[in-house]
Amino acid sequence: MSDTWERAQLASARVPFRFKVLVVWVVLFGVLAFLGNAAGFDVQWIRDNFRYILGGLRYTMVIAIAGIVLAIVLALLGALARISHNSVAYGIAGFYVSFFRGTPLIVQMFLLYLALPPVGRNLAEKYSWLPEGFDQALVLDAATAGTIALGLNYGAYMTEIFRSGIQSVAGGQGEAADALGMTYVQKMRKVVLPQAFRVVIPPTGNEFIAMMKDTALVSFLGVTVASAEVFRRSQLVGKADFKNLEAYVAAALVYWGLTVVFTFLQARLEKRIGRGYDRDHVARAMLAANEQGQPHGGGA
Amino acid sequence: MSDLMNDLMNDDVVVRIEGLHKSFGHLDVIRGVDLDVRRGEVVVIFGRSGSGKSTVLRCVNFIEDPTQGTIEVAGIRLEGGHRTRRKRAQIRQLRLHVGMVFQQFNLFPNMTVLDNVLCAPRCAGRSSAEVTKRAKELLDRVGLADKAREHPIRLSGGQQQRVAIARALAMEPDVMLFDEPTSALDPELTGEVLSVMKTLSTDLHMTMMVVTHEMGFAREVADRMAFFHEGRILEEGTPQQLIEAPAHAETRAFLDAVL
Repeated sequence: MSDTWERAQLASARVPFRFKVLVVWVVLFGVLAFLGNAAGFDVQWIRDNFRYILGGLRYTMVIAIAGIVLAIVLALLGALARISHNSVAYGIAGFYVSFFRGTPLIVQMFLLYLALPPVGRNLAEKYSWLPEGFDQALVLDAATAGTIALGLNYGAYMTEIFRSGIQSVAGGQGEAADALGMTYVQKMRKVVLPQAFRVVIPPTGNEFIAMMKDTALVSFLGVTVASAEVFRRSQLVGKADFKNLEAYVAAALVYWGLTVVFTFLQARLEKRIGRGYDRDHVARAMLAANEQGQPHGGGA
Repeated sequence: MSDLMNDLMNDDVVVRIEGLHKSFGHLDVIRGVDLDVRRGEVVVIFGRSGSGKSTVLRCVNFIEDPTQGTIEVAGIRLEGGHRTRRKRAQIRQLRLHVGMVFQQFNLFPNMTVLDNVLCAPRCAGRSSAEVTKRAKELLDRVGLADKAREHPIRLSGGQQQRVAIARALAMEPDVMLFDEPTSALDPELTGEVLSVMKTLSTDLHMTMMVVTHEMGFAREVADRMAFFHEGRILEEGTPQQLIEAPAHAETRAFLDAVL
């Protein structure tokens, strides 16, 4: 018995590791397919509705891209404030990071979408000197409120990424720029930020991948049918046809595919950047910056 | 006549340090330093690590803010203590008169060698054609004219430090500060950096403050040496006096260890 086991182990050792992993994956998919079949999974329904669900990708991407752009701007400002000696800037940035990292994203979305409009109304009622139409100024549509909330939330996490990225180059490089009589703006623009950007691009890619998945939360705000993103669309058609299993599996596949593609692109980008002028330094700084990111570890 | 010349020379003080104190929290690193450096003079500062020699250098151009005391460079006189907005502008003016070379070179890796040298004059808004010509001359002076288009990472440590010297010279400073310029180099590369530094003194009569343990360089190039001990200058004099006949036991012990 133990002899046979020994021989099996030796035989297994000759099979390439990657091949064995591939077999495991195939088996897993096989089991899932079997279970799906047993549960009456309607492949035809997915075929009929996949195109509609995939149509939501446009909105998912728009929300994610607008969100990450906002997050990058906020993170840059936040990081510069966090390393400055200005107590006002430091205090505001600290408050921002603490609040948006300390509360759930979904709560922030509802705060922007449903809690802000009455604030605008009440203020307009109380202070007549406020400009005309102020009562409507804080009323945002669901997609906009969701996008801003994503940007604010991810901006808070990325502030720490950017801060550690900037600090990883700021020491000796900043001193050299200071010694040459450069102004703060010149030092940042010509010396520190170009080097810091190389360091923060990979973790920013991770945050973008994580954000693409979190765009699904926007559907809880009840976006209109016309501009529904992937998750909202699968909810809509799934409910209508009582095909919840198929609808959510379809949505999961879309997000999964998206993540796989962008993780691949991200890895290539990382390789290109790692090939830069100071490999060890960039690698070390990227590691440090990554540790500051989302607690769920970003994409991949 | 020569006495008069001497008096004139003596009055031409480029760097004047008066009553300098520097503490980091409760740690007093500099505990009262006075030092004058005259034009064209080479002053070598040495002492144990932690004796405050690098910190004094970093206080001269306000990379570190002096806790107390006065720094005067090329007629710009600044007190230690808190940085106000007005003082920040004055610090920047002062720095334009001071070149600094770091132990770790600190070249900008995102720029070519030539852009490293051009960076400061451009930031100060000087005209481009003339500045470029001068930058190339400086690279030629440190023997690296052919490396102008390379990035610093492609150069050896000694070459990088020579570029750093050219970069610091680009603003035509009144004084050059060298903070252990050869300590991060492999032994066989220190010679090329030291010989470039020597030509700055012999050819350009550059005023220099050099923190180094290279006693050979000190003996050959320095006009004056200052031995630092526990945040103060324990002993000061010509290289002959300090190296051949140090007055203090601490100086003697240190020299025995490095020579």
